[in-house]
Amino acid sequence: MKYSYYPGCTLKNKAQDLDQYARASAEVLGFELEEISEWQCCGGVYPLGSDEIATKLSSVRALNDAKEKGQDLVTLCSACHHVIKRVNDDMKNVEDIRTRANNYMALDEPYNGETTVLHFLEVLRDRVGFDEVKKKVVNPLTGKKIGAYYGCLLLRPGKLLAFDNPENPKIMEDFIRAIGAEPVIYPYRNECCGGYISLKEEDMSKEMCRKIEESASGFGADMLITACPLCMYNLNKNNGGNLPVYYFTELLAEALGVKEEVKAQ
Amino acid sequence: MKTEQKRAEMIKEISGVNPLKCMKCGKCSASCPSYNEMDIKPHQFVSYVINEDIESLVQSRSLWKCLSCFACIERCPRDVKPGKLIDAARQIVVREKGQDYLTPDEIPELIDPDTPQQLLVSAFRRYRR
Repeated sequence: MKYSYYPGCTLKNKAQDLDQYARASAEVLGFELEEISEWQCCGGVYPLGSDEIATKLSSVRALNDAKEKGQDLVTLCSACHHVIKRVNDDMKNVEDIRTRANNYMALDEPYNGETTVLHFLEVLRDRVGFDEVKKKVVNPLTGKKIGAYYGCLLLRPGKLLAFDNPENPKIMEDFIRAIGAEPVIYPYRNECCGGYISLKEEDMSKEMCRKIEESASGFGADMLITACPLCMYNLNKNNGGNLPVYYFTELLAEALGVKEEVKAQ
Repeated sequence: MKTEQKRAEMIKEISGVNPLKCMKCGKCSASCPSYNEMDIKPHQFVSYVINEDIESLVQSRSLWKCLSCFACIERCPRDVKPGKLIDAARQIVVREKGQDYLTPDEIPELIDPDTPQQLLVSAFRRYRR
């Protein structure tokens, strides 16, 4: 199975490992990520203003590229996923945005939200299946107690993202079980890490990350996993190394036996 | 100077929110991770728009404390979307010339070797035009 793939700006820079472990794991699991050519940055945050059009066009271009290839569009970074899925919803359901974006883009055929956007975790759950992932595991992470850190962008708004139950998600816990480890459910797993506030007001993010880590440690987690480079940055910067944070793809690659191969690249 | 009535209309238009739908349950403020840092609390935003006191909103530090975490939007039982109101107030500030909350000149001081690109693009998109 071949998917269009939108890596996004950070996965080409500070979060290259998030990307590389995912690509290597996909290969083991039997699907291919075909990177969209000349993709543009999604902007990191979804533009909330109802009159915003220009800030959504980079997402529309990626969505239309996937549509023209007849492929579903896979994202990995929580932020890209959030932005592109919501812009797709606008193109499908908000007539004013659809009309104005299409008028500007002047595509051969208008884009009306036809593409299906999937997060890599959704591919694992809905296309590959966690049972199949489990079968491909050669190096189960037995005995590891892992806290899933969802943060905000994967889950909310729940109706639009339709990723999982926004208040009581389980996709990452199911993922953790599939790679042979034990999930630790803790109250702060869907609380915000501070996001972009850490640029100008580090202390606010520090306090939020402290609460997340105390919550996870208190419930017995040895480590956290995330899909978001910004959550990773904020959590790492603020915890003094007490609770290691990994991209979920790194643990997936480890369980599938391809981690060392990626590291050697 | 635009009239307060006009600015209230602008906020409603940009946000797409009808503040009259709010039933003041306070769930948004209870959910907000930045509540303690805000001078105008999320559940109070609707009242400022209804009362057309937009000057207080645009002066509020709450605009720069909102994290766009969507907890208020997720949990609002009336689908009022307080986060979108806050963003609209932020927009009427940054869309004015010279009102950016973040400028490129500030960046070298604010970053470190690990700063992800995502942080910069996100902050720029929220804080400036």
